Amino acid sequence: MSLPDLGPLWLSIQLAAVTTLILLIFGTPLAWWLATTRSRFKPVAEAITALPLVLPPTVLGFYLLIMLSPNSTLGGLWRDATGNSLTFSFSGLVLASILYSLPFAVQPLQAAFEGVGRGPMEAAASLRASKLNAFLTVAVPLSKRGFLTAGVLSFAHTIGEFGVVLMVGGNIPGQTRVISIAIYEKVETLDYAQAHVLSLILLVFSFVVLLLVYSLNRRMPVRVG
Amino acid sequence: MQLSVDIRLAKPDFSLQITHDFELGGITALFGPSGVGKSTLLRIISGLEAKSSGRVAYGDEVWQEKGRFVPPHKRGVGYVFQDTRLFSHLNVMQNLKYATKRSPADSQISFEPVVETLDLAPLLDRQTGSLSGGERQRVAIGRTLLSGPRLLLMDEPLAALDRARKASLLPYIARLPNAFSLPVIYVTHSVEEVARLADQMVVLADGGLLASGGVAKTLARLDIAEASGKFEAGSVVKAVVSGQDEAFKLTKLTVAGQSVSMPASAVKKGEALRLRIRARDVAIALQKPEGLSIRNILQGTITEIAQEAETAFAEILLDIGEGQRLRARITRASVAELGLSEGMVVQALVKSVSFDRRALPKG
Repeated sequence: MSLPDLGPLWLSIQLAAVTTLILLIFGTPLAWWLATTRSRFKPVAEAITALPLVLPPTVLGFYLLIMLSPNSTLGGLWRDATGNSLTFSFSGLVLASILYSLPFAVQPLQAAFEGVGRGPMEAAASLRASKLNAFLTVAVPLSKRGFLTAGVLSFAHTIGEFGVVLMVGGNIPGQTRVISIAIYEKVETLDYAQAHVLSLILLVFSFVVLLLVYSLNRRMPVRVG
Repeated sequence: MQLSVDIRLAKPDFSLQITHDFELGGITALFGPSGVGKSTLLRIISGLEAKSSGRVAYGDEVWQEKGRFVPPHKRGVGYVFQDTRLFSHLNVMQNLKYATKRSPADSQISFEPVVETLDLAPLLDRQTGSLSGGERQRVAIGRTLLSGPRLLLMDEPLAALDRARKASLLPYIARLPNAFSLPVIYVTHSVEEVARLADQMVVLADGGLLASGGVAKTLARLDIAEASGKFEAGSVVKAVVSGQDEAFKLTKLTVAGQSVSMPASAVKKGEALRLRIRARDVAIALQKPEGLSIRNILQGTITEIAQEAETAFAEILLDIGEGQRLRARITRASVAELGLSEGMVVQALVKSVSFDRRALPKG
């Protein structure tokens, strides 16, 4: 049995890493806003954030395909700026993955921030810490479990992405052929041996990542005062 | 230092409206029953209630008025919360350092004296989760001091503690204003804490200001009974130690030129003390009675009688000399039977006296 091309696995890891990083950066302020706002638009924002949880990936993928196409405003702007198309490209996949995995980053962070509550933030303000400073020195360390969960779930969810990628990215080697697509293709061409190997690699990889996280989580107990 | 407050805050279940100039010095008690807005007033002063409207100024610095709101971290107001709010991700030392790092360069409050005053040295390496209630509150007070505040607000810091812990923490708090030349506003609903700690007091009732002034005078006012609860209501009088009776183990005191004794205590002759006498522990007689076990009898003139039409009781306010007042709570039937009226000279029989070790400030 020959070892299959590991390019798709590597591409999946790259996609998941970039997506997770961007989600943590932009999901954090969104989650903080959701956790602290008393705005009447909060339910609307929460519903939109949670949409990818219930929508079939094909629906999300379909809208993304239309939104990202060079004929659309966004896709057109991107093409004018970079000379490339957003659809059927790695950049397009990143954008799609960010939307697709958004709730997996925002919801754990929002829950963690709500758990911190106003108390410690008010205490920090009374000790002369500005809002941003209090956020970085009190809310973030108290929410480290939330960050860990958000990061792992976003990463794992992006690795396991299939439908959206198929709709937006297609199957271009080195560009958009991620591991789930590669496995699908092997099965379609009745190459079950290769499909077995790729599936096993993904299974072991996912298990090891989750195991690492849960072990780390045990050794990093959150002290409750 | 003057703190001037003219604010309104309306919430669905609660409203607060207060206009008052606090003349701060030493400890000012903010007193009243639960739910009248004491904590809310502290939160407004510190800038934690952004929804309040009106004006707050400290000295010549305006913290809040129309179109202006200085955020809490720029006010230099220290806040000791009832629930301590220590940071659970930091140990005791790190909690204290969080404050020192942010204190202004010209702060007069430095690390060692705070640690010493509050006896924090044995706690520095502890995790906050392993501290007892009293220890947590000491750390919280220390942390607040180390942020170099110009005004210290304390929100019922002893409320969550048992009697013994309360008693052990009171002396630490009493020391703060002098040790760190820092005005303190201290929220409480306990007459006992007011009597032991405060130099002056402000009384709140039902979302507004009821009274303010020196502790002895204000506590003696009859209309404060509503706020203090009838059971605990009482007066604070000044006394000077006149000697010890070794044979009967009594400490002799002079109150407004009259003599009083109480079980012996380690106080020095000439020391000034304040005595706390609950209104329900005072009975009234027309003449000095004979053949009675009560030894403490003070003569006074009735200045006010407040009948409580809906209960069996009446509150009597007596002037016992040197401008000192004593409250008595007796039945309305007794008032009628004895024919008590304002201006009468009567004998106040005091069943029990407790006192606060702390000497009175001069003047």
